[in-house]
Amino acid sequence: MIQTSDLVPVLPEIFIALAGLALLMLGVFRKEDSTKSVSVLVILAFGAAMVLVSSLGAERLTAFNGLFVADRFAGFAKGLVLVASAIALAMSLPYLEREKIGRFEYPVLVLFATLGMMMMISANDFIALYLGLELQSLSLYVLAAYNRDNAKATEAGLKYFVLGSLASGLLLYGISLLYGFAGTTSFEGLANLFAGGHEHPVKPNMGVIAGLVFVLAGLSFKVSAVPFHMWAPDVYEGAPTPVTSFFAVAPKIAALCLLTRVMTGPFADLVEQWRQVVTFIAIGSMFVGAFAAVVQTNIKRLMAYSSIGHVGFVLVGIAAGSTLGIQGVLIYLAIYLFMNVGVFAVVLSMRQKGRLVEGIDDLAGLSKTHPMMAFVMAVLMFSMAGVPPLAGFWGKFYVFMAAVEAGQFTLAIIGLLSSVVSAYYYLRIIKVMYFDEPVEAFDKPVGASMSLVMAVSTIVILAFTLIPAPLVTSAKAAAQVLFPAAG
Amino acid sequence: MEAWLLEYLPILIFLGIAIVISAICVGASWIVARQKPDTEKATAYECGFDAFGDARSKFEVRFYLVAILFIIFDLEVAFLFPWAVTLGKIGMFGFWSMMVFLGVLTIGFIYEWRKGALEWE
Amino acid sequence: MFTALIFYMFAAIAVASGVMVISSRNPVHSVLWLILAFFNAAGLFLLLGAEFLAMVLVVVYVGAVAVLFLFVVMMLDINMVEMKEGFLQYLPTGALIGVVLLVELLAMFGGWAFAPDVEAMVKAPTPTLEQASNTVALGKLIYTNYVYLFQASGLVLLVAMIGTILLTHRKRTGVRKQVIADQVGRSRDSVELKKVQSGRGI
Repeated sequence: MIQTSDLVPVLPEIFIALAGLALLMLGVFRKEDSTKSVSVLVILAFGAAMVLVSSLGAERLTAFNGLFVADRFAGFAKGLVLVASAIALAMSLPYLEREKIGRFEYPVLVLFATLGMMMMISANDFIALYLGLELQSLSLYVLAAYNRDNAKATEAGLKYFVLGSLASGLLLYGISLLYGFAGTTSFEGLANLFAGGHEHPVKPNMGVIAGLVFVLAGLSFKVSAVPFHMWAPDVYEGAPTPVTSFFAVAPKIAALCLLTRVMTGPFADLVEQWRQVVTFIAIGSMFVGAFAAVVQTNIKRLMAYSSIGHVGFVLVGIAAGSTLGIQGVLIYLAIYLFMNVGVFAVVLSMRQKGRLVEGIDDLAGLSKTHPMMAFVMAVLMFSMAGVPPLAGFWGKFYVFMAAVEAGQFTLAIIGLLSSVVSAYYYLRIIKVMYFDEPVEAFDKPVGASMSLVMAVSTIVILAFTLIPAPLVTSAKAAAQVLFPAAG
Repeated sequence: MEAWLLEYLPILIFLGIAIVISAICVGASWIVARQKPDTEKATAYECGFDAFGDARSKFEVRFYLVAILFIIFDLEVAFLFPWAVTLGKIGMFGFWSMMVFLGVLTIGFIYEWRKGALEWE
Repeated sequence: MFTALIFYMFAAIAVASGVMVISSRNPVHSVLWLILAFFNAAGLFLLLGAEFLAMVLVVVYVGAVAVLFLFVVMMLDINMVEMKEGFLQYLPTGALIGVVLLVELLAMFGGWAFAPDVEAMVKAPTPTLEQASNTVALGKLIYTNYVYLFQASGLVLLVAMIGTILLTHRKRTGVRKQVIADQVGRSRDSVELKKVQSGRGI
């Protein structure tokens, strides 16, 4: 039976859900356009949910017969997701107002997507995982096609929906195979089974391996890892830019955290089986991210390939399958969050005569027209490329260290190589900004929220090297939860 | 054959009778009626012209909106059946969990109503 | 014996109507064949003892999904002849992928094994039909043990609702609507009766 104490770990989710319902009603009953007020309230709700998440403490709590788990790892990941969603929403507001496509459903859908992500992060059962994933994906499909009178946005939404449904189908098929083998979908039950907690040792058979691979394939689609990445560039390019900035950060973080929990939870003892698959996906993602991005001329497509590459680096940490690896994953994701929102703040400021431009060439001579913006972009690009004193370097450092420690030398070396290749296109942007003749200046002023996001992300990227301790220790504490045996 | 399956036997018999009767209706008119089709009789009549195009034309997207809203409420109703059957066994908790579920969807319904999605205009 | 016969009837019709779905020339006919396939699948579920699933299949799939398909097919106004032009060209590749999938499935189920304590792992074993009907067995679990999943699916449905309206609903301008409240609330003196003398006018 369900007790009242079951509701405690779920409080942040319940709060977010109730806020979503209340704001939906508020928006629909207000006569005038309420996009702005609803957005502000959604951001406040994210803040309140963050307080609730942090007040849960370090204890590992489960609820609803073990369907839901709240631990330090979930707390850390939810914190990242909430920050990412709040920033993305704050950046969308000026855009929606300018393009006159603001409708109050936008913030409400962002809220429900975030709720889905939180449910994914806290899932402790495959069915709970699936429902969280669907809640998130469904909201994202709609957001991708949000600008419904634009052919490209509609195409992006449709493509995302069709391929996303296919991935969900693969995932469900894998889950059903696992259920057929084990008779349970709970993470703990599966983990016990594979750990050999029963009288007879369990040998993973073909069906289980196939199920595992299907689950991996479904989840890799959601994080847009190679070979399931084809949707990403088209969707990133077609969707409205603030939606792209949301896509690039929050769902990725949530899905990667989910992947981490699934691989280190129920499949912890099948590490030999999944490591080769994850390694393959990681190598593929790093290479495609590095090489395909070189030829891009559209900054949103470039960011899509860049994020595919970053997912590859994160997967290196997961492939290590150790506390150090997961710690690296979490640090990488936190840094990735700030780098990406910073870059998208710049992309959203790329307006010429009130029109949004997306070409990389449009950045030419930015250092002369907007020196501060060019500086921010340069710092972020150096960080993404992994140039030493900046935060991006440390993210890569931690995952590669973990790979080396786990004996995955090839993976580390390939990662380093693709990192060098990807540095080329990041540095090319800096070259365009600083050494090319200016074509046409971007509109001024940039806007308060954009400037704030740029400033915060730059400060975080610069400051991480000086004061890494808060992030590193909390990531370590979060990672240790997933390996109770290692203490 | 199991006992519970026998309960469905009337449906099967009914199905058989329905098939036979409909076959008779169609078959008898096919056999009994006199049929002499020629080109004039068989072509579509369009005010004396040859037919311009396909008889089917594009439906409006509003039909689709109504259909999908119907599916959503249909699924909601599907959840009501097991609840209604077991209401005595699942206690107050079960009762209120359905009320919360219905509450969420009622909010969706109010949203639809206010948006005017249920009006044809 | 009789059950087996009924099984083969349902199975054969289901497969045959499945073939018809993809081979009929008119997409509306495809949808009708699909409905037939749904009905037969419901029959198969019934034979397995899954009464609730059978009924839901009829209520939801036949009653709602098929109607939606019909609307979508009509909305898109697909020209099947045009669409099937590349059919023969893609047939070998498609067939190859199908065969590969089939071989993989066979290999997988050939090497299938259950976990040793699989019976003990099942959290809520299905009661036999003598103990409780399907619907009762489900009802006992959905609203109590799995209340979290139940409410989550409610939210998924809500998001589906918002999404549909957001993407397809348009406020039409220049529509003259009937305002029933105004009509009913009309006062008696809004109509005036006047005696008109013949040949004079008012």
